[in-house]
Amino acid sequence: MRRRPNFLAGFGSLVWLALIGLPLYVLLIATFRTRSDYSTEGPLSPPAQWTLQNYLDDFSNGFGQDFLNTLTVTAGVVAIVLLVVPPLAYAIVRARGRATGWIFRLFLLGLAIPAQAVIVPMFYVMNQTGLYDHLIGIVLPTAAFCLPVCTLVLTGAMRDISPELYEAMAMDGASPARVFRQLVIPLSKGGLSSITVFAALQAWNGFLFPLILTQSDSTKVITLGLYDFQTEHGVDVPALLSAVVLSMLPILVVYLFARRALVQGLTGVGGK
Amino acid sequence: MTRPARPAAAATRPGFVWALPAAVFFLLFAFVPLALVAVLSFTSWDGIGEPHFNGLDNWTSLFDDPVMLQSVWTTLLLTALGVAVQTPVSILIGVWAAGHQRNRAVLSAIYFVPLLLSATAVSVVWRAVLDPNFGVPAQLTWLFGDGNLLGTKGGAIAVLTFVGVWQYTPLHALLYQGGARAIPQVLYQAAAIDGAGRVRQFFHITLPQLRNTVITSVILMVVGGLTTFDTVLILTQGGPGTDTTVTAYYMYQKAFKGFEFGPGSAVALVLVVVATLISLVLVRLSGYDRMRGTTEGM
Repeated sequence: MRRRPNFLAGFGSLVWLALIGLPLYVLLIATFRTRSDYSTEGPLSPPAQWTLQNYLDDFSNGFGQDFLNTLTVTAGVVAIVLLVVPPLAYAIVRARGRATGWIFRLFLLGLAIPAQAVIVPMFYVMNQTGLYDHLIGIVLPTAAFCLPVCTLVLTGAMRDISPELYEAMAMDGASPARVFRQLVIPLSKGGLSSITVFAALQAWNGFLFPLILTQSDSTKVITLGLYDFQTEHGVDVPALLSAVVLSMLPILVVYLFARRALVQGLTGVGGK
Repeated sequence: MTRPARPAAAATRPGFVWALPAAVFFLLFAFVPLALVAVLSFTSWDGIGEPHFNGLDNWTSLFDDPVMLQSVWTTLLLTALGVAVQTPVSILIGVWAAGHQRNRAVLSAIYFVPLLLSATAVSVVWRAVLDPNFGVPAQLTWLFGDGNLLGTKGGAIAVLTFVGVWQYTPLHALLYQGGARAIPQVLYQAAAIDGAGRVRQFFHITLPQLRNTVITSVILMVVGGLTTFDTVLILTQGGPGTDTTVTAYYMYQKAFKGFEFGPGSAVALVLVVVATLISLVLVRLSGYDRMRGTTEGM
């Protein structure tokens, strides 16, 4: 069947392209121009003279340290999530008895708790325990707030493993640990990659916990670095925006090489 | 004879011990703080010494506080505006991107770039782009007038809504794209044979079929909207005056800028109660809690 070209949709898609593209254009070209060029010529004109100085300035302003800190936090959060969520999801899907049902409901309820609600007591607890201004103090609450979504996603993926496979292993007299290792983990790879990406994004882009739980340059993460830079040297737009570009590079790499996992991780669904 | 036992099958099921590490961790870092915030809301604490109980003081002053009530209304207004603007835009884009044409795939890749930016980065970029002196408004005066978009209440609310749309539409469009691709093609073929045009097909097939996706997407938007914080902190600091002081920002301001952690906790508790009530109502009204699995609502 031949279809008429859809002019309305075509026009709409171009309008949206302009809305999305304009700030991205400003973002990109601003990073390659000098500060004086940006303030005299305005954000829309292309650079009079291309430069990489802004990116170099970011690194002399401590961006490297921020980057490493963010990487550490992200690794920590992903490690905790991958350590505790798979056994939990396995128990929710396979265990008999009330206790697991209650635990699952606990996490469903947890979906409704906004992180904003707990920042005051978190600040209090981290001060009391001496974890204030340490990266581990960011890792723990960030990981905790990833758990509800990760649990939902992974239980969804594990429910798709067919009962016959469990029964076959049961015939062989396999222990729960062996079933977990040889059946459940290999067959929920999609779900595992989704929760890995989800947790990593939460950690990489997290702002609220770092904002209230750290204060030193040595524990600063990228998002906080952007915020501080904006408040302290907001006029140096090219350096600020090049830090923004640097901060999104790792996610861009994931986007290019693992688009499916990223999309599923973003929407908090999938694993199929 | 006893009934035939199935020892092997029973032995292969994990006990609830498997769930314990996650459960304990989550109790410790989500539910215990939630209980603590309730306790702290009855204390005065400046963030340095120890909290002291001061009875209902924080709560009585909170109910007399005009900014508190205003912040709840502002939060609800921004949430409602976000849902009202983002939903139609993301449905249109999602359904459009669900087509398999090559140019759509290329454009979609650009459309989804905002997903790669953190909320902080998005706010920082827009603040630079909208700067009245060095940003785009200074160059396009025919469109923006004096260019001080964040200087008026209406302007600030419009900017916050727009930045929210820019940031979150791609995510919701992705959900709708998935939903639209799951609609059986045979429905469209049948409609085409009946002579239904594109517009009628959209309203009579696509929209009804996307019902569950709409529910999921709106719940996500509402929950996200009620806890808006980063964009307000970076773009408007709650201003002009207290015109865009949303509840989450008001709590941050009280606790971490004014060092009144007791009253800050009371505001936090109000936020939890409002957010939970609204999510519960939405979940019940929509039947979301009766859906099975993670994909059904997608």
